[in-house]
Amino acid sequence: MSDATIPVGALDGARRSDDAAEDSGWAGPGGLVGWLGTIDHKRIGRRFIVTAFLFFAAGGFLAALMRLQLAVPDSGFIGPDRYNQIFSTHGTIMMFLFAVPIGQAMAVYLVPLMVGARAIAFPRMVAFAYWVYLFGGVMLLVALVLNIGPDAGWFSYVPLAGPQFGIGKRSDFWAQLITFTEVSGLMVAVSIIATTLKMRAPGMSLDRVPLFVWAMVVTSTMILFAMPAVMLASTMLITDRLVGTHVFNAAEGGDPLLWQHLFWFFAHPEVYFIFIPGLAIVSSIVATFARRPVFGYPAVVLSLIATGFLAFGLWVHHMFATNVPELGKSFFTAASMAIAIPTAIQLFCWITTLWHGRINLKTPLYYVLGFFFVLTLGGLTGIMLAAVPLDLQVHDTYFVVAHLHYVLIGGAVFPLLGGVVYWFPKIIGRTMDERLGRLSFWLFFIGFNVTFFPMHILGLAGMPRRVYTYAGESGWGPLNMMSSIGALMIAASLLLYVFNVVRGALQGPSAGVDPWGGGTLEWSTASPPPAHNFDAMPVVGGREPLWESNGIAGSVVNLGMKDREVLITSVVEAKPHHRELFPCATTWPFFTAIGTTILFIASIFTPWAVVWGSPLVALLATCWWWPSLAEARRHREVEVPSQ
Amino acid sequence: MTRASDSPLAPGARSPVIDAARLPTYAFGNQSLVWWGTVGLMAIEGMVFALAIAVYFYVWTRVDEFPPRVMAPDLVWGVVNTAIMLLSLLPNQWAKSAAERRDLRAVRIALVICIVLAFAFLGVRALEFTTLNVRWDTNAYGSVVWILLALHTTHLLTDTWDTVVLGLAVFDDGRVEGKRFVDVSENAFYWYFVVASWLPIWFVIYIAPRLLQK
Repeated sequence: MSDATIPVGALDGARRSDDAAEDSGWAGPGGLVGWLGTIDHKRIGRRFIVTAFLFFAAGGFLAALMRLQLAVPDSGFIGPDRYNQIFSTHGTIMMFLFAVPIGQAMAVYLVPLMVGARAIAFPRMVAFAYWVYLFGGVMLLVALVLNIGPDAGWFSYVPLAGPQFGIGKRSDFWAQLITFTEVSGLMVAVSIIATTLKMRAPGMSLDRVPLFVWAMVVTSTMILFAMPAVMLASTMLITDRLVGTHVFNAAEGGDPLLWQHLFWFFAHPEVYFIFIPGLAIVSSIVATFARRPVFGYPAVVLSLIATGFLAFGLWVHHMFATNVPELGKSFFTAASMAIAIPTAIQLFCWITTLWHGRINLKTPLYYVLGFFFVLTLGGLTGIMLAAVPLDLQVHDTYFVVAHLHYVLIGGAVFPLLGGVVYWFPKIIGRTMDERLGRLSFWLFFIGFNVTFFPMHILGLAGMPRRVYTYAGESGWGPLNMMSSIGALMIAASLLLYVFNVVRGALQGPSAGVDPWGGGTLEWSTASPPPAHNFDAMPVVGGREPLWESNGIAGSVVNLGMKDREVLITSVVEAKPHHRELFPCATTWPFFTAIGTTILFIASIFTPWAVVWGSPLVALLATCWWWPSLAEARRHREVEVPSQ
Repeated sequence: MTRASDSPLAPGARSPVIDAARLPTYAFGNQSLVWWGTVGLMAIEGMVFALAIAVYFYVWTRVDEFPPRVMAPDLVWGVVNTAIMLLSLLPNQWAKSAAERRDLRAVRIALVICIVLAFAFLGVRALEFTTLNVRWDTNAYGSVVWILLALHTTHLLTDTWDTVVLGLAVFDDGRVEGKRFVDVSENAFYWYFVVASWLPIWFVIYIAPRLLQK
């Protein structure tokens, strides 16, 4: 290629991208510095996934303690105060440290691979997001162990959590955990959106974007608009408690109900941005194991987007037992029922796909079939709860506990467990055992239903949630015992699952590039993928690039590895526009996260922490950004000016 | 417009090869990643402002007297600050357009003017806090007024800090590269947001208590 307008430096600086990893700038340094400073989305993604599962285990352990306590009436195993902390921390961990982050973690690992990119957008910010998330989660667990764990439920209603009744620092730890996780979640969301819109392989126009990626973009966009509500609310809770503001104080013109509005304005969409990553995984698994593209691609994409919008119009259905106007409740009833439509459209599309496919019934598909069953039951009780009269009857009973676990475990955990089995060969390079996989699925599926189905009946019988014990005369003993036995089955199934993961990682058979015969781009590169993801960035010619004859229509050359060049493409058509030279690995995001952690935790105790902590964080963030002379010089050498 | 437009897949080619070496290494505006990151931040922060304003009006519905037992904030410093912020858009736009034509000297001068104006509006902001006529712990109205002003002040502080750091970087020849100009351009873009978000907040803090008096 000869183009007289190109500065010579550009050609010198760029290397042929198909020269494998020679002199790659992507690998980053080794050792502790490399470990703390990595900006490789796969390493960060793996960490994110493992950490989220560890929090899941911690939350699960707390659930097991509760089931032990409730197995028999009048039990004295756990006292009421400790029980309050346990159920509050269980909910908080599962919602804020597991369910939302795990979806984002999967996206951090998979989205760049699926869109054919060399990296994730803003990789240092994603690294920072991980550390902040980790430190926040550890803070919560330490608080629980020190008997200062949150005790006002995972939604921390005022006035119970306010200055008048929420004594000590328990609610402050809850509120500050929110700050940690929301900072993390928001940063990852921005990164996923930018990666998808601007870093797709050439030719991957929006109508060729994998359904998984579409779902993650919808999730991320919802996060952008929902999480600010809970951040603002929890900050105001802290200021009410720490510096005497009156936002939620009815005596001074505030309103406790305002807390519920702000919290659920976040937390109802949250249910959907927990659930939509599940849908993302289901779409991937269904296509691969039906061996055909998902039926009705446009319908599925539009349903995802519709869900994203409708999810913001439902929050008051958590407040039917409050004094909001009846007409308002009717609107939220209608919206709560309407959101079943896009979900149903997707379900029918998957069923059609399976109907017309050539089924390859492997463990991941079992989890998807389990998802269909469990989620449908959860959806049906959801429609029941959307009706105000029924909701008033079962409000704050175990019926709601049953419903939310059917929705969240059915909608998110079943697909997730299937998704891990599905992408395990890509991430680790080995496969998990099929027989053990099915066994752990059946144990989980049966254990889940044995645990949570009886709770519907307990709720209808009037058993309130969040009680540390109940009287023997209530007659609730047998069903509670059954539920606790189910919990033990779940624990056994998950231990078996972990055993299968560890065994697969250590001695599973080598996976090869595409063990399941998947159609999306992550299956076109080595397992596990190299630091630079693709030796040659592909040019995409179809929606399922690996299944179509011209699906990978060509490649991008001269995308230099040494300077970590990334191709930036146009939003709609993914036409190549320019290269960006990505930053190098650095430990500054790690240290900035430590500074941020100091600021957040100290401001639980004194407002002055904001005054001295903010300059500290600003200074660390400046060191993170500050351009090095060597890097600037190098960039000037290889620079090709814009326009 | 750019060389990119003639580089993608040649029609009919069996195995198109895209040569990335022909493409520029940075870009301005909505083609750059930083722009998308900035827009993401604006969406988040815009949402926080919108919700905080919603809280203000929620509190208004809860009280019988408004502003409750206090005077509305004095107008003068709020008006002065609005004027300074609007004025700051001029050097800011100058910095942006100078960056986009890679005019280093103009960028440097414009950034210095921006920083001077930034310190001016931070100073006036301190005076604004003294003339709100209500404390954060007086009542819920006072709390939300302080929260609104504090939220916006956080943006003024971060934007001032960003601009100072960016200014230090562009005054050092060794650290100037194409990307730095993109940074200057995006910094200006963010500044627009900080000023634009102030206008509704100013209206709510200073005008709403007069219009919605009860």
